[in-house]
Amino acid sequence: MNRYRRRRLVNRMMEVLATLAALIAVAVLVIVVASVAIRGAGALNWDFFSKPQALFGQPGGGIANALIGTILLIALATAMAVPVGVLTAVYLTEFAPKRVAVSIQVVLDVLAGLPTIVIGIFVYALLVIGHTQSGVAGAVALAIIMLPLIARATQEVLLLVPGTLREASLALGVRRWRTVLGVILPSSLGGVLTGTVLAVARAAGETAPLLFTTSIFANSVQTDVTKALPNIPVLIFTYSEQADPALHEQAWAAALVLMGFVLVASVTAKVLLERNRRRLAG
Amino acid sequence: MSTLAPVSAVPGTSRLQARRGVGGRFGDLVLIGLTGAAAFGSVVLVGTIVWKVLRLSGDSFARFGFSFVTAREWDPVKHVFGALPFIYGTLVSSFVALVIATPLAIGIGLYLSELAPRGVRGIVGSLVELLAAIPSVVLGLWGILVLAPFVAHHVEPKLHSAFGFIPLFGDPQQTGQGLFTAALILTIMIVPIVASISRELFLGVPRELEEGALALGTTRWEMVRGVILPATRSGIAAALILGLGRALGEAIAVTQVIGGGTRIGSSLFPPADTLASKLASSYQGANPGLEISSLLYLAAILLVIGLGANLLAQVVVRRFDPLRGART
Repeated sequence: MNRYRRRRLVNRMMEVLATLAALIAVAVLVIVVASVAIRGAGALNWDFFSKPQALFGQPGGGIANALIGTILLIALATAMAVPVGVLTAVYLTEFAPKRVAVSIQVVLDVLAGLPTIVIGIFVYALLVIGHTQSGVAGAVALAIIMLPLIARATQEVLLLVPGTLREASLALGVRRWRTVLGVILPSSLGGVLTGTVLAVARAAGETAPLLFTTSIFANSVQTDVTKALPNIPVLIFTYSEQADPALHEQAWAAALVLMGFVLVASVTAKVLLERNRRRLAG
Repeated sequence: MSTLAPVSAVPGTSRLQARRGVGGRFGDLVLIGLTGAAAFGSVVLVGTIVWKVLRLSGDSFARFGFSFVTAREWDPVKHVFGALPFIYGTLVSSFVALVIATPLAIGIGLYLSELAPRGVRGIVGSLVELLAAIPSVVLGLWGILVLAPFVAHHVEPKLHSAFGFIPLFGDPQQTGQGLFTAALILTIMIVPIVASISRELFLGVPRELEEGALALGTTRWEMVRGVILPATRSGIAAALILGLGRALGEAIAVTQVIGGGTRIGSSLFPPADTLASKLASSYQGANPGLEISSLLYLAAILLVIGLGANLLAQVVVRRFDPLRGART
């Protein structure tokens, strides 16, 4: 009887500990989001979005230049990564022999796991040494980070497309390329979109690769992608390393904008994913 | 198209067939070519990254060779460079993070797969995943301005007075910037990754095995310890290695909270640097020539460590699928 009581006690303790672990994780999320929101909200106003960074040592200013730069970088990176990612996924699910597909999958997983700063160094060596920092270089680095994410998401949804759909199309005498372009890809468009949103959310917050490729920028709005583009992650990083409290306030506000965007994008992607899965499965 | 040859016996259709055949075959070839090029392009890309980054450190490698890895001094003025303090910082911060993260992540995985009420499950699971989505630079900002002061004033003094006899918990620091705070930030980054993978693994354990154990009179914890954990052991190991890989390579958040320094000592509290944080913090002010080259040597070491962790995780996942026996 005593032994039984002890076993139940241990069981209860472990249940409490596991619940506690989950509570801690949620608490950390709440604490981080709340501190950023509370400290950042004060500096958020129209000027913050519409004015570029103040000159060194001067008060005021906003993040307009960094905001525009980040949007350009992400747009450019997405335009590069989506076609390559989708094509890769199509090859892996539709055409590749199994062994080839598995090997390429391993390589893609390795790419996804590479430290992002190493990817930054690579692009730095490829496009910056001998030239200057540029928005293009930054976008290429981000695109390399996005590529495996998009490929993986697309692949997952391509595998969900019912085999009957594929067979029906082929049985009608439709060529494989038309089957892929006309039947399979359209029915998995949602998955491609989800993957893209997830990858954008991830790339928007990446700082390390931009440090080497587009970090030395002007305080003014810059739209020439062959020059270094101002961007929000590097701005937050630089400000956070300064001692000036006014810059810290700006960093918090910029962090709030960035985090808000990333969290909203992540939640959207998750909702899209659920809906897609249900549609293709049902 | 040779199998369709009989069709050409019908007059008028043969040319149509032939044209469709050639056009179709052409389309197939183009699509296979395009998609294949994209897929093999990714392979070439990874190869190029490895080759290029390894080659970049040439000057420094020619000067110091492999002794760079074990040299302790980093002095740009004297042109003496060594990677040991940064390798030490990388391994210690990641290892401490892993030690803290492992029980937390497995606990969360168990809570989400076994304990949580149906309605709570999805919400808590999503929140844990959102934790992984917070950009590292935002986490680092929070780390340097909120977590570091808290650690300096509340955590380090308490750990020191309670466990000061263990050399790990030396004298508390003024700023809270150091290895320990970096490890805490890394923990926050690893936990959601390992927790989500663990949850999937635990959910994958066949229901009959769990029910069998419970029917034999085990408590829920005994069932977890006797059935779920052994069945998912290698999957958890792979998840932990993946988390470790993430921690080893994290640059920005660590740079913000680790303080910077080349000290190697037993205490976790003083400032230090990791390979990635040294790269991120010193690159802009570095002198061209040997210093830049040595920084790039650090990148090469980081690449090798990162690749190693990554491949190891994949081998573990693919080789030792623990449920292979259970499923049949």
